[in-house]
Amino acid sequence: MIPSPFEYHAPTALPDVIALLSQYGDEAKLLAGGHSLLPMMKLRFAAPGHLIDLRKVAELKGISVVGSQLHIGAMTTENELIFSKLVAEHLPLLAEVARQIADPQVRYKGTIGGDISHGDPGNDHPAVMMAMDATFVLTGANGERLVKATEFFHGMYDTALTPGEVMTQIRIPIPAAGTGSSYAKLKRKTGDYATAAAAVVIRLQAGLCTQARIALTNVGPTALFAGDAAASLIGKPIDDVTITQAANLAMAICEPAPDLRGDEAYKTAMAGQMVERALRLAVAHVK
Amino acid sequence: MDQNVENHERLEKLEGIGCSRKRREDPRFIQGKGNYVDDIKLPGMLFAVMVRSPYAHAKIKSIDTTKAKAHPGVHAVLTADDLKPLKLHWMPTLAGDVQAVLADGYVSFQNQEVAFVVADDRYVAADAAELVEVDYEELPVVVDPFKALLPDAPVIRPDLDGKNVGAHGARKHHNHIFNWQIGDKDKTDRAFSDAEVTVAQDMHYPRVHPCPLETCGSVASYDAIRGDLTVWITSQAPHVVRTVVGLLSSIPESKIRIISPDIGGGFGNKVGVYPGYVCAIVASIVLGRPVKWIESRSENLTTTAFARDYWMSGELAADKSGKIKALRVNVTADHGAFDACADPTKWPAGMFHVCTGSYDIPNAHVSVDGVYTNKFPGGVSYRCSFRVTEAVYLVERMIDVLAQKLNIDKAEIRKRNFIKYEQFPYLTPLGLEFDSGNYMPALEKVLEAVDYNALRAEQAQKRADPTCPTLMGIGITTFTEIVGAGPSKSCDILGIGMFDSCEIRVHPDGSAIARMGTISQGQGHQTTYAQIIASESGIAASQIAVEEGDTSTAPYGLGTYGSRSTPVAGAAVARASRKIREKARKIAAHLLEVSPDDLEFDLDQFKVKGDPAKAKTMKEIAWAAYNNVPDGMEMGLEAVDYYDPPNFTFPFGAYLCVVDVHKKTGETKVRRFYALDDCGTRINPMIIEGQIHGGLTEGFAVAMGQELPYDEQGNVLGGTLMDYFLPTSMETPHWETDFTVTPSPHHPIGAKGVAESPHVGSIPCFSNAMVDAFAHLGTTHFNMPYNSYRVWQHAKSLGL
Ligand SMILES: Cc1cc2nc3c(=O)[nH]c(=O)nc-3n(C[C@H](O)[C@H](O)[C@H](O)COP(=O)(O)OP(=O)(O)OC[C@H]3O[C@@H](n4cnc5c(N)ncnc54)[C@H](O)[C@@H]3O)c2cc1C
Repeated sequence: MIPSPFEYHAPTALPDVIALLSQYGDEAKLLAGGHSLLPMMKLRFAAPGHLIDLRKVAELKGISVVGSQLHIGAMTTENELIFSKLVAEHLPLLAEVARQIADPQVRYKGTIGGDISHGDPGNDHPAVMMAMDATFVLTGANGERLVKATEFFHGMYDTALTPGEVMTQIRIPIPAAGTGSSYAKLKRKTGDYATAAAAVVIRLQAGLCTQARIALTNVGPTALFAGDAAASLIGKPIDDVTITQAANLAMAICEPAPDLRGDEAYKTAMAGQMVERALRLAVAHVK
Repeated sequence: MDQNVENHERLEKLEGIGCSRKRREDPRFIQGKGNYVDDIKLPGMLFAVMVRSPYAHAKIKSIDTTKAKAHPGVHAVLTADDLKPLKLHWMPTLAGDVQAVLADGYVSFQNQEVAFVVADDRYVAADAAELVEVDYEELPVVVDPFKALLPDAPVIRPDLDGKNVGAHGARKHHNHIFNWQIGDKDKTDRAFSDAEVTVAQDMHYPRVHPCPLETCGSVASYDAIRGDLTVWITSQAPHVVRTVVGLLSSIPESKIRIISPDIGGGFGNKVGVYPGYVCAIVASIVLGRPVKWIESRSENLTTTAFARDYWMSGELAADKSGKIKALRVNVTADHGAFDACADPTKWPAGMFHVCTGSYDIPNAHVSVDGVYTNKFPGGVSYRCSFRVTEAVYLVERMIDVLAQKLNIDKAEIRKRNFIKYEQFPYLTPLGLEFDSGNYMPALEKVLEAVDYNALRAEQAQKRADPTCPTLMGIGITTFTEIVGAGPSKSCDILGIGMFDSCEIRVHPDGSAIARMGTISQGQGHQTTYAQIIASESGIAASQIAVEEGDTSTAPYGLGTYGSRSTPVAGAAVARASRKIREKARKIAAHLLEVSPDDLEFDLDQFKVKGDPAKAKTMKEIAWAAYNNVPDGMEMGLEAVDYYDPPNFTFPFGAYLCVVDVHKKTGETKVRRFYALDDCGTRINPMIIEGQIHGGLTEGFAVAMGQELPYDEQGNVLGGTLMDYFLPTSMETPHWETDFTVTPSPHHPIGAKGVAESPHVGSIPCFSNAMVDAFAHLGTTHFNMPYNSYRVWQHAKSLGL
């Protein structure tokens, strides 16, 4: 449990980060909260020669309302999400998911940017980002570009980030009135990744569902956007029948990898169960 | 009235038996001031790591250490070839087998120790370990003990080729270790053929690991000039380690000092001697510098001593009223690649023969076969006495199986079979003498406390309602443990009887130091031993320093495991205290110029009978012991006691658990857990409560999630805390505790030991509750651990 030797850099401004990234190329890894990267380094699954710590880069922190969106700095920690008044007011789902990630130790260090950038299908933010229709700001030597959450995750540990880029910000539209959301996660214990989880954002108008987004955690090589499941709800009331139907459609897109948490059948069934649970909770959360 | 107040104050000040004295050890632990083995730092100390086999079974064609040795900062790389000239490449195990210290030509489990790299620090050592080049040729793997016994199974231990007799008798196959039988087979078989009803059930007690928070480790420091070896080690049995090290190294025990510093939990994991310890010692002798070796978490979980892995087939014969006539048990015990079980020498299945439990069963027969597989060695007692958890699990499950077959309530069937209070001392058909017990009132108290009938009514209602999303299960156990190993006539380790010891020295100012052969790993010995001394000798607990764990100062003892500290060392403490008291009586008589018989002992002083104004306090007596003793008496006030218990002690309990099981996800919620324990005399109720909470939590962990599964290639799965279930406060149920008191008739203060009962008793209670949840659907058993995946699979198989 001892990492290979590496050199440590702690730049204080974003341009310096980008410069270091271009200098060291493949050799370098960005370090955010370290709670995904360091375990991999300790197991020697990752052995970067250079670690570029983002901790001192002030412009990567902070939460603000800009127009109809919430802008969240990539280096914002899970606990900052949990304790943020702006998040509580505008995007309670974000605090709800953060509370279900790992344990207090991890949440004090782990960042939303790191959780997303890592590209781990077991992480919880990716599905939530899809369900909330988030956009990521990626900054590199050539400036900024925007990538939608639904287009960001390419495969296991494989994302739209190119080697010279940093995720600097997460932008999430503030939901309209009548929206309810929830994240239902089945895990073995505190500190565990999801066996299966579902993020749901729905909008109810006059008792009918007018908007719906559903995404799933840890039942495929990336978080999965369950478009069909969500579409099946549009124009209908959310009741036992439509909930079961949506859950079945969500289960149809699952391709989980078996591990000690369960085999394919179990994880798929649990994805369905979590969709049902999240939908019921989302309805209860509508405001 | 004043007299009463004063007496009360004296009693409070004494902090003797029965008081909830706060734990003396806590201030240093909660302030981070503990001193664990990894806190030991010595001048010139080096650090070592193990190179381990990625394969479960392979021939080692060659090991090339050139690159590793050339790595800057590396001092030595040891392999079996380096240990051979010292005859240390193999070592004896506590079970009469041998174990490779470093692999000698082949590996037989994944993560087996292959080479030992010693370097300036742990970072250099880790880098250099990667440079050791080992050329393996993979061999077929067997991880299933039943497959291991097939005629053409791979040979796991070529070193045993041709040895048809092992430490425990004949071996019937190249992967067979022993067959051990106890009980009257013919009578038992006859009882079965004559029986009105019989039931049979197979069950697997999975391979688990005690997983103490602190992993194993040691610092060895050999002083070549003085010829002394000092080893700091996370050991539950430092004196035994000293004897083993003496045997292995030929250094006299007088020149070996083993120090167990603070220990971050043991639970059986820290009884044995592991290859890392031996290598650290050799490296220190060779290099002339202190060498530290500390396991990583995964090394701990996958190499140093698992527990359980018992495949048990139980059978009960009974009459139609549920009265049990006979118990028959066959066990296939998976011991891994080396038989490194920690059991008393004569009993290769430990005290499994306590498996007739709290029940008056006239006939019983047990047969246990030990088997080698390509898995890491162990078979330790995880928070229990030797194999007692397995035994209790078997009988507590079997009686439920019988209840279901006969459609008798699970509390009722226990009542019908209890050994009655008047039957104690009770000789079991498997040859144990239960010293005391009073089972009926304990169970009745629990049933009343939880309103058992109402719970069963609620369950019936839920079962009748198909739309109910959950299943409700009620589990009961009424277990009897056997602890306090043990009488030297039946128990020894490496030929040393399993006594324990205490030495007390009272200083001139009336304070005292006491040392024992045991070693606390969280049990609170510093606190409770002082309470025994206080009550027995009249010295206030706050004035007593308790020290353990340093073999150069503590008297020889067999250590702390199997709940033996209170039953064995605690008895020595009481008896040594009484020796102090008796000498004090003579000194007091001398000072008061009366006969010792004219004195009566009152808390902390001797009073003249009939003239209570004339008295001498222990403080005054202690001072006199150093300047004014009767003619012919030696000065000083000291005592030593080595206690060889006449029998084991038999704590018992009645537990009840209520679970709710989600039909669609397999999630379970322990709604209620009521634990009544009877550990005889209660020394410190608060510590008892703490130990019970801890034991129940560990029992919960075992039942609900702990498991070290293997794949067919012999890869151990789940060897990290991500997979291996260590519950946090978030998962842990709420515990309700209760007690009755049935003192042990043979123990000097009537105490029985308590810290393991909650582990032993709760695990079958969770199983019984889980099975009960499905009982109306025909389930008589399904195996632990009850993680939601497994529970869901079970529910699915029943069409839920
Ligand atoms: C015991 C434990 C349990 C856990 N359980 C969960 C869980 O249940 N759910 C969950 O979602 N997560 C879980 N995690 C992971 C945790 O949330 C991590 O903190 C998170 O995945 C990564 O965030 P980080 O800030 O720690 O990133 P780091 O570990 O520092 O980095 C992760 C990766 O992202 C890259 N990176 C980081 N920041 C940026 C950036 N701004 N731009 C580009 N690349 C970047 C790094 O180079 C690295 O490759 C758990 C971790 C542990 C140790």
